[in-house]
Amino acid sequence: MSFDLSALRALDRRWIFLAVALLTTIPLAFGFHIAPVSPSPRARGFYEAIEKLPEGSTVLLAGDYDPGTIAENYPMHLAAVRHLMSRNMKIIGVELYPGGPPLADQVLHIAGAEYGKREGVDYVNLGYKSGNEIVMSQMGSSIPRTFPVDRRGVPVGQIPVMKGIENYEQFALLVSVSAGYPGTKEWVQQVQSRYHLPMVAGVTAVSAPEYYPYLQAGQLIGLLGGMAGAAEYEVLIGHKALATRGMDAQSLAHLFIAFMIILGNVAFIGVAKGRKG
Amino acid sequence: MKREVPIIITLVTGVFCLIGFFVPHPAVRTFYDSIQQWVIVIVGATYVLGVANVLRVNVQQVSQRTHDWPFKVVLLVGLFATMIVGFAEGTHYLDDSSKFSWIYRTVYTSMAATMFALLAFFIASAAFRAFRIRSFEALLLAIAAFVLMIGRVPIGNAIHPAIPAAADWLMEIPQNAAKRGILIGAALGVMATGIRIILGIEKTYGGGEGGG
Repeated sequence: MSFDLSALRALDRRWIFLAVALLTTIPLAFGFHIAPVSPSPRARGFYEAIEKLPEGSTVLLAGDYDPGTIAENYPMHLAAVRHLMSRNMKIIGVELYPGGPPLADQVLHIAGAEYGKREGVDYVNLGYKSGNEIVMSQMGSSIPRTFPVDRRGVPVGQIPVMKGIENYEQFALLVSVSAGYPGTKEWVQQVQSRYHLPMVAGVTAVSAPEYYPYLQAGQLIGLLGGMAGAAEYEVLIGHKALATRGMDAQSLAHLFIAFMIILGNVAFIGVAKGRKG
Repeated sequence: MKREVPIIITLVTGVFCLIGFFVPHPAVRTFYDSIQQWVIVIVGATYVLGVANVLRVNVQQVSQRTHDWPFKVVLLVGLFATMIVGFAEGTHYLDDSSKFSWIYRTVYTSMAATMFALLAFFIASAAFRAFRIRSFEALLLAIAAFVLMIGRVPIGNAIHPAIPAAADWLMEIPQNAAKRGILIGAALGVMATGIRIILGIEKTYGGGEGGG
């Protein structure tokens, strides 16, 4: 018994595109909840790092990403701010991606409205500064000199939440939400290792393997990898949102890609036999 | 002198910044901080140069009607439209209701997120057309890919808890060992390059012919 695989080999890739589109959009639209999200030790580390902080501590929140990775970074950014505000932490936001500040504003405003926090009093977004690692290093000397005004142009001396903030010594934790360079790796190298500031990170799935050595070494206390990591974190904080909703779509897309590898190789076996024969 | 002066400036500032990193004494720290402020200002100024270069290259290509020139027109229109709207709105350009914010949300955000989302389609297509298991190494790679793809999403745990456990083992042991090696190698390479630049052996930063 033999199978003609030539039709499979000639499969129009538009059918594959259609399948991916259906497998991602239908679960996003209807939310099947195929499988429960179970938090990993890495997400637990992230969660517990914030839980262990005394209420009212000041946290540095670096939002180093732009809309290119919004699907992965935004849900974890929003979840982190919700968690911090639920525990009455003071948040100082900075961004080293030029396209990042509006997204940081958005998450701070959304969570701020939910938890009754006021801009300037409970949180501030200092905005973007060019210079990558130099900005991180300079903040170690003086944050008011590195960021003389916040994103809206208000002098930091007039912002209540910035009162007493001089350098990294005033922070209890560094939360890095990062898409690449400059981001988590540079914060570890320039700040965590130099000033010993406890640090957690939320990163894109593709870049997550890069940070495992830092996690294993204890330089990162917790790590959220991609949308799956964000979903795990949402479960831990008890506020299921964007990432949890995306897990069905991601699960089905991953299964489909695995299936495509098998299917492609089945088609290839047919080609190999044909060539030999 | 044209070659020597930049090398001397690099040597002096390089050695000083190296000292400044480790010495917190105010005499060193003050000047070290000033150098860092200069860098921040200079990097900021390079954005202006970047925009000027984008303009120069694209205007030239549009005027010469090179391949894909209509896309260059779109780029230039987008660049100027965003800048004009931003400047026209003055200090209110950051308001949620501003036109600049509208451009950011509805044009920039949508397009950037779309580019990222397209990856799923191309990866699925490439998985079918390009991922051929022709050797033992390719088989190992395929098994690792299956375990990680399934083990990293909730459905993996629903199929069998051993799948996410295997994914964690792959990430924490073999992957981590390889990544450590790469990191250490890259760090040594960066240090070697830094020393070469400071000592004037590597001169490509000055637009020269390269290392010697």
